[in-house]
Amino acid sequence: MQISGEDFILGCSAIGAGLAVIAGIGPGVGQGIAAGHAASAVGRNPGAKSDITSTMLLGQAVAETTGLYGLLIAMLLLFVKPLV
Amino acid sequence: MNMCVLLSGDNVDFMIKGLFSYQIFGQTVWITTSHVCILIVMLMLITFCIAANRVIKRANVEDTPSTFQNVVELIVEMLDKMVTGVMGKNAPKFVNYISTIFLFILISNISGIFGLRPPTADYGVTFPLGLITFALIFFNKIKYQKVSGFIKGLCKPWPIWLPINIIGDIAVPISLSLRLFANVLSGVVMLALVYGLLPIFVKIGFPAALHVYFDLFSGGIQTYVFCMLTMTYVTDAIEG
Repeated sequence: MQISGEDFILGCSAIGAGLAVIAGIGPGVGQGIAAGHAASAVGRNPGAKSDITSTMLLGQAVAETTGLYGLLIAMLLLFVKPLV
Repeated sequence: MNMCVLLSGDNVDFMIKGLFSYQIFGQTVWITTSHVCILIVMLMLITFCIAANRVIKRANVEDTPSTFQNVVELIVEMLDKMVTGVMGKNAPKFVNYISTIFLFILISNISGIFGLRPPTADYGVTFPLGLITFALIFFNKIKYQKVSGFIKGLCKPWPIWLPINIIGDIAVPISLSLRLFANVLSGVVMLALVYGLLPIFVKIGFPAALHVYFDLFSGGIQTYVFCMLTMTYVTDAIEG
């Protein structure tokens, strides 16, 4: 079977995109830790629930950024095809 | 399943499409779907604002407020509280800008529900928003800390850290805009895949849950985060 150079690069790009979204592991762990600590904080001090929730969501959204960079790289590799 | 993916692969479409092009200074410039969606979002906001303005102008202290007036007051009070909670005594100067940007990003993010392609899923929309934040930070730093304080802040622990501090300052608008862009884009891509790849009987009803999560929940959170970070950065710039 003959594989042209462009097809080879496309296949490798797909593998690279798959590897890039592994970046999602980090934010998953980080967000889980943030949510766990927020839950224990609410348990200790139920009166401050709204403050804790907004702080938790803000921190989680910031922690999510690195995962989204991985997603962006995967998107670029799959749909913009910069290497072909 | 493989066959299904192959057959309906052409339906997956979430790219920005050009509607018509024109020449300006020898460059080809496209009017894209993002422009049209932004226009629709802005028309919605302007209509709402004109209606709110008329209602508030006609409002009487003794009358019972109408439903619409109640909603307007609720929104304004909520935004006021949000800005005051973060910025404290600097809030009155920035509440107008933050409220404007909050409403614009919120309506843009949730416009996916109305069948539009969210304008914030275009990097050309979110990057200017990040640049405005950057300009606000820079301007307020120069204004409140003077040039000497600005340079002192750049060489914070020791002067060796100057390049790292400069990179950190430049990274602010990029990370702000990329966060918003990538969050909305991931929702758009996910929904495009669901609509394009799933068989027809799954497409009825099931995407509604995804719409609620990606458009309403994620969009709302990201709006809140964008405004919150802008306010935090500006407050930092003012107070040093």
